[in-house]
Amino acid sequence: MTIPFYVPPEQQMKDRADFARQGIARGRSVVVLRYRDGVCFAAENHSTTLHKISEIYDRIGFAAVGRYNEFEALRVAGIQQADLRGYTYARSDVTARALVNAYAQVMGAAFASADKPFEVELVVAEVGAPGASDRIYRITYDGSVFDEPDYAVMGGVTEPVEERLALGFTPDADVQGAVRLAANALRATAAADAPLEVALLDRTRPGRTFVRLAPARVAALLEGWAR
Amino acid sequence: MGGFDAAAAVGRALGRSSFADLLAHAAPEALPRAAASGPGGEAAPHGTTIVCATFDGGVAIAGDRRATWASQIVQNDIEKVFPTDAHSAVGVAGTAGVALDLVRLFQVELEHYEKIEGVPLSFEGKANRLGGLIRAQLDGALRGLGVLPVLVGWDGAEGRIVSYDIVGGRYDETGFYAVGSGAPFARGSLKKLHRPGLDAAGAVTALLQSLVDAADDDSATAGPDAVRRLYPLVCTVDAAGVRRWTDAEVEALAERVLAARRERPDGPGAPLL
Repeated sequence: MTIPFYVPPEQQMKDRADFARQGIARGRSVVVLRYRDGVCFAAENHSTTLHKISEIYDRIGFAAVGRYNEFEALRVAGIQQADLRGYTYARSDVTARALVNAYAQVMGAAFASADKPFEVELVVAEVGAPGASDRIYRITYDGSVFDEPDYAVMGGVTEPVEERLALGFTPDADVQGAVRLAANALRATAAADAPLEVALLDRTRPGRTFVRLAPARVAALLEGWAR
Repeated sequence: MGGFDAAAAVGRALGRSSFADLLAHAAPEALPRAAASGPGGEAAPHGTTIVCATFDGGVAIAGDRRATWASQIVQNDIEKVFPTDAHSAVGVAGTAGVALDLVRLFQVELEHYEKIEGVPLSFEGKANRLGGLIRAQLDGALRGLGVLPVLVGWDGAEGRIVSYDIVGGRYDETGFYAVGSGAPFARGSLKKLHRPGLDAAGAVTALLQSLVDAADDDSATAGPDAVRRLYPLVCTVDAAGVRRWTDAEVEALAERVLAARRERPDGPGAPLL
């Protein structure tokens, strides 16, 4: 009979965290930032069909970095929970907070006891009703939740991207300003002509506020802007 | 309501895109369904007449505002015509309680698919899905608590009308269609008034005329109610998407129809040959 090696719990957690962090850092960055009319999501993405940014519900959007199969399963579970809640209660009862708690539980449990932790990091953002504030929640591989006041950066090498965001961020920016700032921030680590996936939660739209910006629209918003 | 993990597991097992299948596992009691036993027939309020017609570049649908229970009028301002996604709308006749839940489920079904797959369902797909939802509550239908919806939408090339029977069978209709208690009268009226080459306003005018004719002869169908300023609900669907007409737009058109009826109460005459 073989006796398993003793691994101290601190070491075990550290190994798991390193494992997850490395997986996430291999990808490319995603930025999420507030602007005048809501929340803007932008990611460097070479695929036009495999999205990193998605609609969850009327006022809730989702962005992820890391392993595609893992965040896709989390995205679908989120849509299912939101639609079930909205159908059995009411559309206005679907909140980002409930969804974030569910994600935190699942990811935290996997980090502590599953075969391997999730190699993903998520943002769940919500535009408030007029007068209420917008929310950007960032959830890390171990189930920790951060309530980000203005913007969030995940995946890849985040520091240079974050620096540029911090420098240019203003909550009163319009769509063009927000998209340009996001593009500028992402290009701290990405090529200047890298294709961008951009979506908005636009509180001026009735009902479903999530809108994906077509590549032509993104190009138009960035036109005449050299950086 | 099922928890988060249960929902995820169910979703993975089911090919993930159908909300109705998810609901059947996570919260079956929330499915639109008449009770498994109990009274049938006139036990619950009924919604009455829905009419629809194609026009050049789209399709229009309208419904009166009356709900009846046996020989009584139970609601004057019920809504029976609903946009279901960006390019489709549904009108429902039959048992109101089941019908309204069915429409709500169908709306979520379309939205759920669109969010998960990243693209909207094709018009054929929507039409087949609605048939499946109707079939799922056949028990109620056989006891007289049936729902008769009609689906209209833009399929990328033209406006389409799809009708259903109580067992979920679907039928493509050309030109125009009517369902509900006033349908025979409305259909007779549309036969004379609908023609190819109408524009949206023309098709909606024909629909309003047909509802006035149905209200003339069917006690369960309401005509335009100028006293309460309650007018039929109208949606048009074209390449740009679905649009619900504002009350003011419908009122203006309905007033013209009613003004003409004061001259000739039976409505516009058609040539004999």
